[in-house]
Amino acid sequence: MNLRKIYSVSGRFSMSLLFIFTTLMLFIFLGSIFSKGYKVLSWEFISAAPRAGMTEGGIFPAIVGTFWLTLISMLIALPLGILCAIYLYSYGKPLWFVNAVKLSINTLAGIPSIIYGLFGMAIFVNMLSLDVSLISGALTLSVLALPLIINTAEEALQSVPKDFSEASIALGAQKSTTIIRVLLPSALPNILTGAIISIGRVAGETAPIMFTAATFYSRKLPASLGDEVMALPYHIFALMTEGSKADKQEPIAYGSALVLLTMVLGISFFAIAIRYRMRRNKQW
Amino acid sequence: MVTAHIRTRNLNLYFAQNHVLHNITMSIHTHKITAMIGPSGCGKSSLLRCFNRMNDLIPSARVEGSIYLNDEDIYSSKANVPQIRTKVGMVFQKPNPFPKSIYNNVAYGPKIQGKISKSEINDIVEKSLQGAWLWDEVKDRLHSPAMALSGGQQQRLCIARALANGPAILLLDEPTSALDPQSTAKIEELCLALKDQVTILIVTHNIAQAGRISDYIAFMYLGDLVEFGESSEVFTVPKDPRTEAYLTGVFG
Repeated sequence: MNLRKIYSVSGRFSMSLLFIFTTLMLFIFLGSIFSKGYKVLSWEFISAAPRAGMTEGGIFPAIVGTFWLTLISMLIALPLGILCAIYLYSYGKPLWFVNAVKLSINTLAGIPSIIYGLFGMAIFVNMLSLDVSLISGALTLSVLALPLIINTAEEALQSVPKDFSEASIALGAQKSTTIIRVLLPSALPNILTGAIISIGRVAGETAPIMFTAATFYSRKLPASLGDEVMALPYHIFALMTEGSKADKQEPIAYGSALVLLTMVLGISFFAIAIRYRMRRNKQW
Repeated sequence: MVTAHIRTRNLNLYFAQNHVLHNITMSIHTHKITAMIGPSGCGKSSLLRCFNRMNDLIPSARVEGSIYLNDEDIYSSKANVPQIRTKVGMVFQKPNPFPKSIYNNVAYGPKIQGKISKSEINDIVEKSLQGAWLWDEVKDRLHSPAMALSGGQQQRLCIARALANGPAILLLDEPTSALDPQSTAKIEELCLALKDQVTILIVTHNIAQAGRISDYIAFMYLGDLVEFGESSEVFTVPKDPRTEAYLTGVFG
């Protein structure tokens, strides 16, 4: 028997097995969330506030809360993160300083999210007296998203061929002009990828908003940055850990999970569509 | 079109400890094509990149000596480097159009100079594309992506992009080494046509190409300018044995 052939066949077989296993897990995951959650889905579920101790009604305030938390944290983190990446890529000097900053960013990226929650409570809620509010939560989430955005944005800038910058400089462009007119537009599709990933991360986080923004129950929508908000991930957490009617709360939790999943996927597909449009013109 | 006299005096270039160019003193003839030839690593591309201060982008690079553009030292501390680069255009080895439309590639230089009207830019784009013999091929699709053009067209677009700044000097760094013979021939003819407007400095690995288009030859070897003279003379009666050895293919 040819040993090489055995290796080849068994290798290919085990790889397909692993592939099938992984895909299967994904489908089981999506299937179980869907089968447990779809029964509660209705127009009322996504458009009304919770009633009767969260055992009836909908999750509209939580949807709105998660939407605002994600949007505001992205509005803070994206510009900051991109500017930081530009600095590290184009202006950072000397090398040891840049490397030290990068090391800290990578360390920050690995910190558990509950620590971000404690940090947000200490700094934004208490020290800056922003209280438990939409803005405290959004700021905490943006700190959480920053390392991710900086890293992907810097990789995006590095993946732009040096030829482009060189051509721009040779045409008499200043460094800043080159960054704004050539480097950033070319890197934008990949920067967007980082943004997509961080949107998914931010929208789904529970721990950072537990002490900084989220409220267990609120019938009204947030009217200002200083209001407490309901949020989907925290709502799910509350439904599964508090209250006394577990049999009624659990389906609502799964329904909320389904909505959260759909929101994140929806945002991702939207961003992927934009990125696809941007990439069509670029072949390098 | 402005003419500019360009000459170097005691030009030395270092990359960190590495002494790359040794005491180069030369005068480039206006409205002529000067070809810089020599074996790989002789410093011809590095010398070319001194003329528009592209070596500034390399942190370890250090230049001593001077390059005069119309009696203005481009290495003086008062020099306005971006402005110098508009007068000294450059075309690179690999065609490197921006991932923008054909129109926006050519309009890039004039646009970043600021205050200029749309109709003026339109004029410049048309004239530059005509100057680079690309107009007829692209006039109906000015707003389609430049990356969709063929390699030869892309390189002529890069020439048009450089011409749009109205340069006095054009630096070409092995502009045809990535192109097929037909595109190469077209670029060579274009160079001959352009020398009425601009002074051309071309680095080439291709001795035959230097022979076809250049008026003057600068032969470089190991960081020295070994020989500089009219092409007809350098090719027929080289003064230095190293030049003769290189031209006859003993090394290279």
